[in-house]
Amino acid sequence: MAAPNSKHDRPTTGHSWDGIEEFDNPLPRWWLWIFYATIIWSVVYWILFPAWPLINGATAGVLGYSSRQDVEAEMVAVDDANAVWYQRLLDTNLNDIAEDPELQRFAVNAGAAIFRAQCSQCHGAGADGLRPGSGFPNLLDDEWMWGGTTEDIVQTVTYGIRNEDFPDARYSEMPSFGRDGLLTDEEITQVVNHVLNISGQAHDAALAEAGAEVFDLNCSSCHGVDGGGDQFQGAPALNNAIWLYGGSEAEITASVQNAHFGVMPGFADRLSEAQIRAVASYVHQLGGGQ
Amino acid sequence: MGILDHHKKIETHATLLLVLSFLVVTIGGLVQIVPLFYLENTIEEVEGMRPYSPLELAGREIYVREGCYVCHSQMVRPMRDEVERYGHYSLAAESMYDHPFQWGSKRTGPDLARLGGRYSDEWHVAHLINPRDVVPESVMPPYAYLLDRPITGEYIQDLMSTYRMVGVPYTDEMIEAAPEDFVAQVDPFGDTDGLLERYHSAQVRNFDGQEELTEMDALISYMQMIGTLVDFSTFEAEASR
Repeated sequence: MAAPNSKHDRPTTGHSWDGIEEFDNPLPRWWLWIFYATIIWSVVYWILFPAWPLINGATAGVLGYSSRQDVEAEMVAVDDANAVWYQRLLDTNLNDIAEDPELQRFAVNAGAAIFRAQCSQCHGAGADGLRPGSGFPNLLDDEWMWGGTTEDIVQTVTYGIRNEDFPDARYSEMPSFGRDGLLTDEEITQVVNHVLNISGQAHDAALAEAGAEVFDLNCSSCHGVDGGGDQFQGAPALNNAIWLYGGSEAEITASVQNAHFGVMPGFADRLSEAQIRAVASYVHQLGGGQ
Repeated sequence: MGILDHHKKIETHATLLLVLSFLVVTIGGLVQIVPLFYLENTIEEVEGMRPYSPLELAGREIYVREGCYVCHSQMVRPMRDEVERYGHYSLAAESMYDHPFQWGSKRTGPDLARLGGRYSDEWHVAHLINPRDVVPESVMPPYAYLLDRPITGEYIQDLMSTYRMVGVPYTDEMIEAAPEDFVAQVDPFGDTDGLLERYHSAQVRNFDGQEELTEMDALISYMQMIGTLVDFSTFEAEASR
């Protein structure tokens, strides 16, 4: 059907526009065969994998592939591979995990992964509490409000702090001395200066002296006579440079006026006991563990 | 080659080519789409799904208005790394009352399909005021102004009626009571029996910590319930799916 081309003696499509003609070359063979191969592959695919929708459901395919089964199998495989380690974590006395280098290595790595997914949102990816005074505890330093042994950390992670989900959640509530009128503004200024004094900051000596008495009467039962804190009650130490809500005069005043009430969720129903032990081991070895 | 020799007829008649191409695309589309309407396992049955409460619905509207879906997906895919990080993979039933669904297609931020209960309300407020305060590496814009925008249930009944039109099973009673339910959800000391009866496991509290009912309350009430409704202890993935 194509007219021979006078110059090249090759067939053309027979069209001519302003003397321009179009060769009627066959498709490149490699391209054509790949095209046929994809058609054949699609038929193979229909047979092997879920494909055509029918009346009661799609064809299942002879391989029985299902992404849900896949993920299930993958999870089980990983859990099985870790099972022996998790069992060892459960069998080992909490405070002895660090004694076993192999187990400790597993716990720290598994715990680090859990920390990134579950804890870093508040405590920061580096566990530094984001920044001083953020209200999120820094887990790198060696001040612990509720205790820094692996056992204490497990307790905190399992039940959380000041939440309603777990009766065993750690709980403490500092009075709002200013808002609730327990102390006058003058007394608060005095006690804040006393706290500035015991934490080694610039302060007014006269006010601080008066504040020592206010502290003794109102604060020392939880924070300790010397301001050293009490982990049993979750009262932070005030005689150092570590501050959860900031250590400037204004920030301490704000804390005394309107007490803070930081919360932490419990992870008892989100993580397994072995996972909690792993993440506690990770946090414990970050630097401040007791 | 018989029939194959006639392709020239199609290739040289633009209208015929157009009509036949359209026919092919139509059949292909129908084969993919139509079965979703009649296959019973398109949306598997699960325990726990309910329509959004009025306040949650308003929060969802804010989520859509602010374009959260542009950077956040709401779709945990069935892959181990996602299930480990976010939680159980998403089910079709979990977005059956979403019009439009918020699956998204890009994760500049993390997936939010299992967001509910993962953070405290205070965290959300701090994060929305300035995301960098709690996530230093975040590139999310701040939404502090939500705290300054009071919100009322003035149009909530219209909104719910509209959703009913597109298939969300809001009852007359739910729409009737919507204005009261709207404010009841932020008042833990008020009468919440009706609200909880109509919307099981609705979370009742002052979400943003402010006296006034603001868009922040609505948005956080929505974010705190995303992905929490289905009771996965009763869920069994059918082997065939």
